[in-house]
Amino acid sequence: MIKLHKLRSRGLLYFILITVTIIWTAPLIWSFIASTRPLNEALGRGDVFFGTTLSLDSFKKALYLAPFGRYFINTFILVLMVFAVQLVTVLLAAFAFARYKFKGQNLLFIFILLQMMIPTAALLVPNFSTIRALNIYDTILAIGIPYFGSAFGVFLLRQMFLSIPEALISAGIIDGCSWWHLLIHIYIPQSVSTITAFGISSVSWHWNEFLWPLIITKTDKARPLTAGLVRFTQMGEIGAQWALLSAATVMVVLPLLAAFLIFQKKFIQGFLHSGIK
Amino acid sequence: MIRKKQFNYLPYILISPTLFFVTMFTVWPTFLSIYQSLFKQRLNIAKYKIPSFIGFENYFELLKDSDFINVLQNTMIYVLGTVPLTIAAAFILAVLLNNKFKGSGLFRLAIFHPSILPMVSAATIWMFFFTPDYGLFNSTISFLGYTGPQNWTVNPNLALISVMIVSFWKNAGYFMIFYLAGIQNIPGTVYEAAKIDGAGPVKTMIAITIPLLRRSTLFITTIAFIGAFQAVDHIFVLTSGGPSDRSTVLLFYLWQQRFENLNVGKAAAITVILIIILLFFTISNFLLSEKKEGTDD
Repeated sequence: MIKLHKLRSRGLLYFILITVTIIWTAPLIWSFIASTRPLNEALGRGDVFFGTTLSLDSFKKALYLAPFGRYFINTFILVLMVFAVQLVTVLLAAFAFARYKFKGQNLLFIFILLQMMIPTAALLVPNFSTIRALNIYDTILAIGIPYFGSAFGVFLLRQMFLSIPEALISAGIIDGCSWWHLLIHIYIPQSVSTITAFGISSVSWHWNEFLWPLIITKTDKARPLTAGLVRFTQMGEIGAQWALLSAATVMVVLPLLAAFLIFQKKFIQGFLHSGIK
Repeated sequence: MIRKKQFNYLPYILISPTLFFVTMFTVWPTFLSIYQSLFKQRLNIAKYKIPSFIGFENYFELLKDSDFINVLQNTMIYVLGTVPLTIAAAFILAVLLNNKFKGSGLFRLAIFHPSILPMVSAATIWMFFFTPDYGLFNSTISFLGYTGPQNWTVNPNLALISVMIVSFWKNAGYFMIFYLAGIQNIPGTVYEAAKIDGAGPVKTMIAITIPLLRRSTLFITTIAFIGAFQAVDHIFVLTSGGPSDRSTVLLFYLWQQRFENLNVGKAAAITVILIIILLFFTISNFLLSEKKEGTDD
């Protein structure tokens, strides 16, 4: 009796989850399928899945119409640049806050945390003026520079640094380590997983950002994937050519999905951390 | 901790790069917005090109402006429509997927995957999915008995709902992982005790799971609000705020005022309003996460 009840509820659970999964994955899967249709075969009622043959023409045409390779490289440079600079600024500041007691410490910490309280996305209008004044409009640097300091990173790493056993640090001090050596040989090695989580959240955040890169770029030389994709959807030639639009979308999301499938655990950790952003 | 008697400049030097960027791109622009919001300046009208001081006139005008009231209404509908539903779905999914069973990892993946996609590509995917007639979305709901209009993104009554659907699809999995992490923190002994007391699954849920996840819920709620007030990317792709501003929300309106209407003063005032709204939620978020850290230790 109990077994039957259990079996039935298990069956129900699977039924619900399979339904939800189909609903959740359908949009993306359908895009994948549509992207492989031959270009000259329009979609129609009752004929929404595979074309007569599998074809990569949509990808070729999309690449011909817009420089997705360039967008990809730009995005890549952008996220690496932002993360590289953040790594330096964040590690130094987090180290200072965790290691030293100094005058105005709390006030300065709160000052930095202001960046977490006022999301940069809301400041795009005044930041646009600053970028114009700095004369770096339409460059990859302009997209990344507002994020070079990261309150979130400082907050996260400081927490991590504070949890490092004092004995470990004292040993370093007795060995005569300078602050620099302490940071490189004790603090950083102890914090690799937190740094990785921060890195993933930083990279995926900037990979996905759209509105700021859109307003701060004018030409394809600096435009990242997100802004490029939206420009692509607005091109006159695209119209309702879904195979073409799907191919462009697939090109944008495929690298991300691949990276996610490989580093699943790290990704989810990074996302969990980024919640406090 | 060793501290030399003489003044130590090192910590100040170490934090100075971060201080510099925060000052330059958070603090300064905030003050600049407040300042500019007190001036009338429109770049596309010759006589208003030079800013002139008008006090709080920009704010008064906004509050009298039926367009802006409409935008606030849309924003409220968007926020109040997406946040509770997405969180409820995330909670249910987390509860269903918490136990390890055959395929649970795959189910989690299926529901979480939209979170890693850029919002704009989520939107292009859905643009196709929403297509009238043969689009899978309409085909499916028609099959289930839906007979209403099909052109979701250009229908005045459905445009805002269509962008809300995309947000729901994208965020449910994101919030779910916070719940999953929260559930994992509930000690198994609590459930064993409930079982011994003869509590059924529904009672366990109401008496144990929901109250013990209160902290997670508060936390998810605040990040959901912060995110929802900044919604803009998918609106750009799917509806461009239309038709006739029926799906225009705050951040989209801000962009329009500054970069289409070139109204610097008005845009600055909207920025200040947006900052105030966001500050309210981010500060509560921050206080909550601080508290969370405190009790976990």
